[in-house]
Amino acid sequence: MLTRETVLHIAELAKLELSERETELYAEQLSAILEYAERLNALDTASIPPTAQTIYQRNVLRDDEPGPSLSPDQALANAPQRDGDLFRVQQILE
Amino acid sequence: MKLYDLTIHEALTLMAQGETTSVAITQALLDRIAALDGQIGAYLRVTGDLALAQAKEADARRSRGETAPLLGIPLALKDIICTKGIETTAGSRILQGFIPPYDATVVRRLRAAGAVILGKTNTDEFAMGSSTENSGYWTTHNPWDPTRVPGGSSGGSAAAMAAGLCLGALGSDTGGSIRQPAAYCGVVGFRPTYGRVSRYGLIAFASSLDQIGPFARDVIDAALLTQVIAGHDPRDSTSATEPVPDLCAGLKQGVRGMRLGVPREYYLEGLDPGIERAVRAALDVWRDLGAELVEVSMPHTAYALPTYYLLAPAEASANLARFDGIRYGYAHPEATDIWDAFRRTRAEGFGAEVKRRIMLGTYALSAGYYDAYYLKAQKVRTLIKQDYDEALQQCDALVTPTTPNTAFQIGQHADDPLQMYLEDIYTLPLNLAGVCGISIPCGLLDGLPVGVQLQGRAYDEATVLRVAQAYQEVTSWHKVRPSLPDTPAS
Repeated sequence: MLTRETVLHIAELAKLELSERETELYAEQLSAILEYAERLNALDTASIPPTAQTIYQRNVLRDDEPGPSLSPDQALANAPQRDGDLFRVQQILE
Repeated sequence: MKLYDLTIHEALTLMAQGETTSVAITQALLDRIAALDGQIGAYLRVTGDLALAQAKEADARRSRGETAPLLGIPLALKDIICTKGIETTAGSRILQGFIPPYDATVVRRLRAAGAVILGKTNTDEFAMGSSTENSGYWTTHNPWDPTRVPGGSSGGSAAAMAAGLCLGALGSDTGGSIRQPAAYCGVVGFRPTYGRVSRYGLIAFASSLDQIGPFARDVIDAALLTQVIAGHDPRDSTSATEPVPDLCAGLKQGVRGMRLGVPREYYLEGLDPGIERAVRAALDVWRDLGAELVEVSMPHTAYALPTYYLLAPAEASANLARFDGIRYGYAHPEATDIWDAFRRTRAEGFGAEVKRRIMLGTYALSAGYYDAYYLKAQKVRTLIKQDYDEALQQCDALVTPTTPNTAFQIGQHADDPLQMYLEDIYTLPLNLAGVCGISIPCGLLDGLPVGVQLQGRAYDEATVLRVAQAYQEVTSWHKVRPSLPDTPAS
């Protein structure tokens, strides 16, 4: 069973604020899912390489040629807060 | 003639013969959406004015003698596919009001092929779910029984097809999100090989598993739609460079002499006996058409579910890190500093299942657990892929049920995410292996549709489509419709 501290640590890594109820619920539900995932330990995979993707293309490169791109207005059109041609964010450093 | 119930190939023929127009078909569909979708909830957003303008343009092009593969065909798009100038939410509150500044590559290709866009269909939030119950907006109802789910995550597209609210649709399939709702709604759902269709403009869930594909009334339509959307795209570095063959050319060559594999691990406990009967009856049809049935074994099939539920959430936790309330989407109005803003924006913007998967994925990737969970799952993924490589050396395609059960009741799995995940047990393995597969209707069980799934080799969409087409030429399950009122042309 995941502890409350572990759940809160994971939530902090994921930048999610959890309510008390969510913290309890996720401790319970994630524990059940992870317990189910323990089934994988029945398989000996010591000599098996991992598969991250199935297309086996590597380092797809292209020439660095300028092409059409979004205008500042298009790029900023969905911004919750805009300041001229900049995205406005909350204070990061004191 | 029910214009809303045409196949795409029938509609193209009728328009070419001057029997009907794109405007007439589009209007018939918009009328039917207005009449029925209040109860079904397939569309999150209907773009009626745009659709009629596109239909008018398509009719004008046709009258000038122009042709295009989907000229004047009205389609629905899962709301996880970006459409320039049309709100796209991925079924999430965090993207409410988001207007993409560009089209997904598939949308660009559909527009170039002359298609008409009717609107955006409901989905589980960020495609995470098997029922549309995780949508941030509402739950779509199954047109065969409104107390049941349409499946998911592409449940809006599947329900729109089944109810006659579009002629074709696109969805995305990360663990079965096209094939499972297709089975639940009694329509054709095709997931092409990973990399066959560009993911550019598909809002990412799990990037090594996501793939766009079509919903259709029959296999011919699925081939027509796939032909338009498939092909290499320089904007998606994981898109395949393999040339796309003519998918319609060999469609009707039959299955005589082909070998169809029956993997025994798909026919064990947990499978509804009624579904097994329907799938075995479909196997008899293929055998009678001259295919040889061979039993094969895919011993790691049972490990696909735990593998998937470590890898997909891990990838999702990384992909969804971009939702920070700065560049687009919801931003919490009262946050005090940037860290508070991230935490509160994401806490309010994401729904319960998305948060659950971000938590699960973050855990699987975190220090101390990476090897035990994420790396272990990647190694088992190799074993699952090897099962496919070996099985598909012994046969041309694999025949299995699409789902262990028919569509479940709305709310049935509300408190137990693991039970919900088990609904995808027959569709997840394919995504891990990166091959292609289709679900086609093969019967009714207590009045609800049953799907049979065909899985084929990577880049061999043509064989899967050909086997499916052979079945539809001698059966009529794909022509059975739910009992909904007719909506006469206005």
